[in-house]
Amino acid sequence: MSIREDQNRFRDIIKGKIKEDLRRFVGSSDMIGKRENDFVKIPLPHIEIPTFRYGPKQQGGVGQGQGQPGDGMDGEPQAGQGQAGDQPGEHQLEVEMSIDDLATILGEKLALPKIEPKGSKSIHSEKTRYSGLAPVGPEGLRHFKTSYKRALKRYVSSGTYDPNEGMIVPIRRDFQYRTFKKVIQPQTRAVIIYMMDVSGSMGEEQKEIVRLESFWINAWLRKHYKGIETRFIIHDAAAKEVDENTFFRTSESGGTLISSAYKLAQQMIEEDYPPHEWNIYPFHFSDGDNWSGEDTRLCVRMIKEFFIPYCNVFCYGQVDSKYGSGQFLKDLQKEFPNEEKLLTSTIESKDKILDSIKQFLGTGR
Amino acid sequence: MANLTPELERERQRINSIAQSAGLDYFDVIFELITYDQISQFAAYGGFPVRYPHWKFGMEYEHLSKSYEYGLSKIYEMVINTAPVYAYLMEGNSMMDQKLVMAHVYGHADFFKHNVWFGKTNRKMMDQMANHATRIRRYMDRYGVDIVEDFVDKCLSLENLIDRHQLSPSPIKFSEPAPINNAQFMLKYDKEYMRDYINPPSFVAEQKKKLQEEQARNSKSPFEPQKDILQFLLQFAPLTEWQQDILAIIRDEAYYFAPQGMTKTMNEGWASYWHTKLMTEKILNDSEVIDYADHHSGTVAMRPGGYNPYKVGIELFRDIEMRWNKGQFGREWDECDDVNERKHWDKKLGIGREKIFEVRKIYNDVTFIDEYLTEEFCVANKLFVYKFNKRTNQFEIDTRDFKAIKAKLLFQMTNFGQPIIKAVDANFENRGELLLSHLWEGIDMQPEYLNETIKNVFALWGRPVNLATVMDNEGLLFRFDGEKITQIKIGGSQSAG
Repeated sequence: MSIREDQNRFRDIIKGKIKEDLRRFVGSSDMIGKRENDFVKIPLPHIEIPTFRYGPKQQGGVGQGQGQPGDGMDGEPQAGQGQAGDQPGEHQLEVEMSIDDLATILGEKLALPKIEPKGSKSIHSEKTRYSGLAPVGPEGLRHFKTSYKRALKRYVSSGTYDPNEGMIVPIRRDFQYRTFKKVIQPQTRAVIIYMMDVSGSMGEEQKEIVRLESFWINAWLRKHYKGIETRFIIHDAAAKEVDENTFFRTSESGGTLISSAYKLAQQMIEEDYPPHEWNIYPFHFSDGDNWSGEDTRLCVRMIKEFFIPYCNVFCYGQVDSKYGSGQFLKDLQKEFPNEEKLLTSTIESKDKILDSIKQFLGTGR
Repeated sequence: MANLTPELERERQRINSIAQSAGLDYFDVIFELITYDQISQFAAYGGFPVRYPHWKFGMEYEHLSKSYEYGLSKIYEMVINTAPVYAYLMEGNSMMDQKLVMAHVYGHADFFKHNVWFGKTNRKMMDQMANHATRIRRYMDRYGVDIVEDFVDKCLSLENLIDRHQLSPSPIKFSEPAPINNAQFMLKYDKEYMRDYINPPSFVAEQKKKLQEEQARNSKSPFEPQKDILQFLLQFAPLTEWQQDILAIIRDEAYYFAPQGMTKTMNEGWASYWHTKLMTEKILNDSEVIDYADHHSGTVAMRPGGYNPYKVGIELFRDIEMRWNKGQFGREWDECDDVNERKHWDKKLGIGREKIFEVRKIYNDVTFIDEYLTEEFCVANKLFVYKFNKRTNQFEIDTRDFKAIKAKLLFQMTNFGQPIIKAVDANFENRGELLLSHLWEGIDMQPEYLNETIKNVFALWGRPVNLATVMDNEGLLFRFDGEKITQIKIGGSQSAG
């Protein structure tokens, strides 16, 4: 159907345009807001073909209805007068895109490598599958067809087979029973643990940045793992687990003890996500203003002893805030000058989200 | 696509004979019953089952099918100007809806046949569209989808640059330069076998091209500025054969659709007038009346501030019928200014019906409004002029003055609401540059669109393109030379004429 071709062509062009303008899209909050299931509505800049024309603002027009000169008009007036038979007037274009498609575009634009899940090498789980046959076994596992066929073969080869006589009597030797085989299945399960500093120094804009960035990280990781789980931890001087909505809306006002979040995360992992079965992605966002050097040292130890060994990566994103000192990042960089699995990034503004994502996801872990 | 169900076919025949007894006359109309998805597809394609491949159809289709899914709009009717006339009904609509659509379609079919502005349209456009599609696909196969699509995009950018008052595209006459034979620029050679060495084919081709270019530059620019810029480009722009063919196709289609744009108000008004009349008087049965009223009021509703051609069209036709029935026209009427007398004027002439049939034949939207829009009508229909207020950043009502309303409507309808641009000189500044001129009548062109479009003209012309216009009350010459756009002030403002 040729309209489908045209439609696909159109979508390809859209994807191209999104890719070009990706930095702006990634930093754009209103797009994320319009989410339905796995689709996102994207308002697009003009994809119309330009012509020599008047604009509605230049033109004005004739309308119908009540009102006095000087009264404003509700909504936009119709710009559809006198158009050719096949096209209505300008329309604000909103195109639906699946989040998966968007993630692909993101991946292409940032040249993100595909993730090598731990599962393909060292994570595996054993499953038993009843896919084999054996001459002995419990009657409940008798394989009827094979047993019958063997009896039939015996009859035929010994010449006693009579096509008119339907009954075949199998003997002990004919019977086959299902048995199990152990199958090693690579496991590709993943969990993302988001931790965010919600102390007084993290403002609305900072939280918005975290929200946008986490949306995209989710989208990308979801492409690589079936059934990804996300957990959310907020902390100021104490940490607690929350749901997604609360994660983005809370603001506390206490001091900041980053270790509280790390402890909770560690606990979560130990309880629910055995590292040999799970790919674990902890992300921590903060403005870098930890309570004390003592606490920072504790965090560093936890990272060294627990997170790095057991998780795929450990990611720390520092947002700029006028109240934060940004010290934590410096400390991390000092303590882990060469650690490949520790990924850090500063996110100064919405514009920089794209770069930050590249830093976090660009290593193929 | 299915033919009508027996029940629908019965209704169609009934409505057909009712329409004809009322005086409507048309080519055979073939109705097809199709799904909503198919009707969206047809609508995206402008009513035709096949069009050349292009993403704009995909975009339109996406928009339409989403609108339908969200319950925003339902395409009720789709009918195209061909012979036989093809019309599409949507599966799943109620019987009342289908009857309404059929009556409406017969109105359109009559209009297509009789309105003089459609007189020269190609009624075999179905085949023609398919033919266009085949040609363009062939070029895509041969030269690559991206290259061809890119060129089509550029042509579409210029598709409104035709002369709408030409009833049909004039046949394209290519200027006949003196035939160039290769001998003119070949170097002398003694032996035949030396020919290709002394004059390698590439050298010959290059020389030929140079000569052609020079000829093109020196050939006459139109004595009179030409509105059909597409034809102008076809004649004078350095296009390859396939590019010329595509540009000709786009031009052909633009001319085909042009009358529809010029008569939208009248056409919709006419069809609405008839579906109302036939439905309420003859077609509806009692149980359908409420549904009909509901549907009809939706179609002719006025969004606050919106201009609805269905509404204005139908009311104008009714107004004309009423006036000609009552004799409210002519010198006596015009000269009478006693409000009371005018209100009760009724000479009982009864020629209203006859009159509207005549009107639907001769007029287009511009002449229709010019002749028949009256002050009483504007008041009764609450029309006003709106404009954009930069201070408050919104559209607002400007005036209800009759003359202003009429002027605004006429302006919007003239040339289909598009700026009038003419090709003036193909050898501007004696440098082979193209000069276009915008006939400024008080409204500025949209600047961003202007910039993008002039680049597309350049892509076809090959050399710098200039456009003279007025913006913010200043005469400006926009020039694109392939790299950047410059604006030069022109002394005095470029005025209409």
